Amino acid sequence: MNYLFSHLDRVAQLGGAHLLLVAVALVLATAIALPLGVVAARSNRIQTPLLGVLGAIYTIPSLALLAVLVTWIGLGFATVLIALVAYGQFVLVRNIAAGIRAVPPAAVDAARGLGFSSQQRLRQIELPLALPAILGGLRIAAVSMIAIATLAAYVGAGGLGTLIFEGLAFHQPQRILAGSVCAMLLAVVIDALFRLAEKRATRYRVAA
Amino acid sequence: MPAGSFAVLVGPSGCGKSTLLRTANRLVVPTTGRVTLDSVDVASLEPTQLRRSIGYAIQAVGLFPHMTVSRNVAVVPELLGWTRDEIAVRVDELLALVDLDPTRYRDRYPRELSGGEAQRVGVARAIAARPRLLLMDEPFGAVDAIVRTSLQDELLRIARSLATTVLFVTHDVDEALRLADRLVVMREGRIVREGTPVAVLEDPQDGYVRDLFGDDETRAFRLQRARRALPA
Repeated sequence: MNYLFSHLDRVAQLGGAHLLLVAVALVLATAIALPLGVVAARSNRIQTPLLGVLGAIYTIPSLALLAVLVTWIGLGFATVLIALVAYGQFVLVRNIAAGIRAVPPAAVDAARGLGFSSQQRLRQIELPLALPAILGGLRIAAVSMIAIATLAAYVGAGGLGTLIFEGLAFHQPQRILAGSVCAMLLAVVIDALFRLAEKRATRYRVAA
Repeated sequence: MPAGSFAVLVGPSGCGKSTLLRTANRLVVPTTGRVTLDSVDVASLEPTQLRRSIGYAIQAVGLFPHMTVSRNVAVVPELLGWTRDEIAVRVDELLALVDLDPTRYRDRYPRELSGGEAQRVGVARAIAARPRLLLMDEPFGAVDAIVRTSLQDELLRIARSLATTVLFVTHDVDEALRLADRLVVMREGRIVREGTPVAVLEDPQDGYVRDLFGDDETRAFRLQRARRALPA
């Protein structure tokens, strides 16, 4: 752990870049997954093939996907961003669709019968009730993106992976350790924050 | 169906009561025939606007679990764009009307309500925006007999005080006789007998209708009770 403490500034900087990359990817991924999840929840005919395709993307080894993207787009931030967004889709779309499908049918019938338009029903009833499931999806997506984003350094997009690749190149296990431990810590903290948000979003279920 | 009446659709499960009820607010669109409200064909009205002018209460209640009691009751006034103050006043008024103390119940979540309390909130939500028609699909089907009787009493009182037309679905014959001033007996998607409870019991006109109200002795007892319930 010597490297970590002697180069705290640099490690913090790389950690910040790592976090930024994941945050941008998560926002973009959610923006794409939200409409897809809503459509999937409404129709089995769409959900089954859609989750099939997204699931297939999810199983591509991340290094292979990055290598392919590099030949198309070249090195850099955008390449990693696309890979992270693509990986996030499966978990996000699946959880959004599952959350909407789990809304009590009576609440949906009441909303329709009372005169909510389908947009109002989605925004005021279905998405709020699906929120815990959606946050669960965000949590899993964020944690896996933090791990995958260590490969960003491989295509020149920086982040904590930089330390790991330097360590490999210069035979300095200290750097590998510093990069890995920080990425793990980041994942643990983000996981805890999302769990907290999930808990807050379900308070009405146990309200005293 | 005349305005201001309390009509009850009664018949066994699967006879089309709920389907008929749901044609009134276009949750079900009939393949043939027309549904008119104040002599306007509902098919010519925008469904969400139509539904906001009609109260809707169902057996499963369908309170929105993430909203407090007051927000549940306020949904239709909010959809109609009432002001915050109007809504706050109306919510308290409605909770009092269904016999729930506003200060105790306003901020509770549906999770914290008993079956009977939830159903009262469901009724308050249905009548919040003073609908001209109130649709109720077995609203008291899931509560125990004692609570059901008191809910029925309150509903009769509320319906009279609001002068709202009520269309009520039940498979419970006694509930139907108790609430209806107009009884509609259904079988396999068709209306087989229609009239006041006393008229239907006195002259069922049809073996199926007669049997629905029990053997001769039970029917006589029910007729006696129905006559007694008539306003003197």
